[in-house]
Amino acid sequence: MKKLIALLLAVAMLFCLVACGGENEEALGMSEAPLAAVALKADYEIPDDFKVGFICLHDEKSTYDLNFLNGVTALKEATGLTDEQVLVKKNVPETDDCYQAAKDLVTEGCDLIFANSFGHEDFIIKAAKEFKDVQFCHATGTKAHTEKLPNYNNAFASIYEGRYLAGIAAGMKLNEMIEAGDITAEQAKIGYVGAYTYAEVISGYTSFYLGAKSVCPSVTMDVQFTGSWYDVVGEKNAAEALLDKNCVLISQHADSMGAPSACEAAGVPNVSYNGSTYESCPETFVVSSRIDWAPYYNYIVECVVIGKEIADDWCGGLEEGSVVLTGINLDVAAEGTVDAIKEAADKLKNGTIKVFDTKNFTVGGKTLDTYKADVDTDAAYTPDTEVIADGYFHESEYRSAPCFDLRIDGITLLNEKF
Amino acid sequence: MGKVSKKLKSPPFHIAKRGETTWYYGIIVRAVAILSALIISGIFITVVTGKNPLIVYTTMFDGVFGHIDRVWDMLHKTAILLGISLAVTPAFKMRFWNIGAEGQVLIGGLATVMVMLFLGDKMPLPLLILVMTCASVIAGIIWAFVPAFFKAMWNTNETLFTLMMNYVAIQLVAWFLKFFVKSGSGVLTPMHEYGLPVLFGNEQLLNIIIVVVVTVALYIYLKYSKQGYEISVVGESENTAKYIGINVKKVIIRTLIISGAICGLMGLLLVGGSTHTINTEVVGGRGFTAIMVSWLAKFHPIYMILTAFLIVFLEMGASQLNMVIGISSSISDIMTGIILFFIIGCEFFLRYKIVRTKRSKEEVK
Repeated sequence: MKKLIALLLAVAMLFCLVACGGENEEALGMSEAPLAAVALKADYEIPDDFKVGFICLHDEKSTYDLNFLNGVTALKEATGLTDEQVLVKKNVPETDDCYQAAKDLVTEGCDLIFANSFGHEDFIIKAAKEFKDVQFCHATGTKAHTEKLPNYNNAFASIYEGRYLAGIAAGMKLNEMIEAGDITAEQAKIGYVGAYTYAEVISGYTSFYLGAKSVCPSVTMDVQFTGSWYDVVGEKNAAEALLDKNCVLISQHADSMGAPSACEAAGVPNVSYNGSTYESCPETFVVSSRIDWAPYYNYIVECVVIGKEIADDWCGGLEEGSVVLTGINLDVAAEGTVDAIKEAADKLKNGTIKVFDTKNFTVGGKTLDTYKADVDTDAAYTPDTEVIADGYFHESEYRSAPCFDLRIDGITLLNEKF
Repeated sequence: MGKVSKKLKSPPFHIAKRGETTWYYGIIVRAVAILSALIISGIFITVVTGKNPLIVYTTMFDGVFGHIDRVWDMLHKTAILLGISLAVTPAFKMRFWNIGAEGQVLIGGLATVMVMLFLGDKMPLPLLILVMTCASVIAGIIWAFVPAFFKAMWNTNETLFTLMMNYVAIQLVAWFLKFFVKSGSGVLTPMHEYGLPVLFGNEQLLNIIIVVVVTVALYIYLKYSKQGYEISVVGESENTAKYIGINVKKVIIRTLIISGAICGLMGLLLVGGSTHTINTEVVGGRGFTAIMVSWLAKFHPIYMILTAFLIVFLEMGASQLNMVIGISSSISDIMTGIILFFIIGCEFFLRYKIVRTKRSKEEVK
């Protein structure tokens, strides 16, 4: 009897292994990515003693950091950099520890150091001033173009374009619900979990909303802020609060699995960010936009290796492959979503549509023809640069980090305290 | 149904309290514990990751002592953890379960950063530093005094009270960042220009020196002063304390004021002496780790240097493992757990012994 049970258990385990190993996302109802990551071209010679260091705020458990770490893996594959040449420091807080981590990477012999969190910026600048022979790059920061240090650089991507495309998937899903009679056109309300009322978040949810509105004109949106970039419980609670307010689709700009898992539990479609959450949320995941950092990594490694100057404020876009979309969950997304996204992506690439076209949004009922945004960071964050020209808001053009901070009509901020 | 035998058989071994032990017995037990911990976690690492445990241990060692900067970083991290551990010690010695060090340090840090932000350009640096110090210490005292006062007056539960005060402090910091960071990003630019003085070009030296001074002072206070003795008596038995005429309420409040003051001071060192800005993660759980450090050292300030170092060593070693050979932080956390388990577990063998039960003739029959 015991032997029989043991045999059965062994067979069952074998089945589990096969089941876990053999399936990939595409086989399970995911489409090919409408805006896939581009293959990296690394046709430069990397010396054996070259080292690059990465500083991450959290580890793989955060979707935000995982996205950066996936970029590191892609970089290694494309360039043949070995494990010894790529050093990653995880869970580095936004305190003096960040400066210590940068210093330690210099000690380890890194020629290039990259940090991924907004709050790392000042500590990286401190390190850059001290170690002039090492290049420092920082994602999402705003100070490189005003600090003017030869070895300190910012980078971002025109992720608002990716958000806009993901918004199209959301809008089409809403249309499907309206056509099926599940909701009326007036009930098409999106819920959005944001971190802070900061330009990066505002630009993100506004472009997402405009994308949805471009296919579903009656859409409205509620935004709930958490006051933290990473707060699993807070994000989950915020998503649930939005569901209580009858939001029929949720998206988020916050870095944990809080909001997607709340949606999965409630069976409400979720448009994700930073990467696919399909694996944990197969019933509700629609699509995710994300920044692919691999092209930028490839660019800075090449610059350092061949001795070229790194752009002090680099902004990747659709062309560079910095803004990408994951595959679409065919079980959840509306029919034709893939084609609609591809079409819109082409139009964004050739400039026939602009995400922040002033014709498409109003502020306080008025169409804007002029607006000054805070581009050059100063202590008081004074608006200093005219950003509306030629009929659209020039996002990510005067600096890579987003500066769109307008409160447009149709979007309600539920708790602006954060 | 047959008769149930009422005779109970005693187990072959039982546990007995150990009397005084020789000094070398303590060393041997601890050495065996550490060695077994290293062997067991070595086996664990090899089984799970397939890495050579020797490389793992040398990498950890390298992560802490491999470079002079790392040694300074280790000393600084140890000093900060030690300082917070010292702060909770008088309260623990008195059996007042102060688990609010996290909040007491954070609020001290918040007071520091507010002085830097609002008064930084209004007064000369020496005066500013004096104001920063006073503000942080007072803030820490308030955060400890409130639960102590309630405990002394109405015997409220200090564990819950101090814990809740942590959340109040965290939310106050979040609120502060929301209202005074104009960009809305929640990140306040560090104010390096208003920091504590840098000694001999080493930014970490002053913090380390201050903690050394606090360590010695607290050691003397607990061991040789009348107040220190009163703390021990209240901790042993409140009734005894009352009987011999100690004002227990006064001792509780006074001790917590000391606890809070040191926490506030640590907030000053973290913010004014190191990070120069604040966020809710600046204390990073050290307020809770400090409890373990203090307990492991049996509330002895000098032993605490060793236990604080042990924790920092494991943390820095784990981070090096993660960076250099890609052992995930979960694995190194398990390893840290195994090592701490053995070190805490060996205390059992120092206090108790296992003796073979001598069976009575009746039982044998």
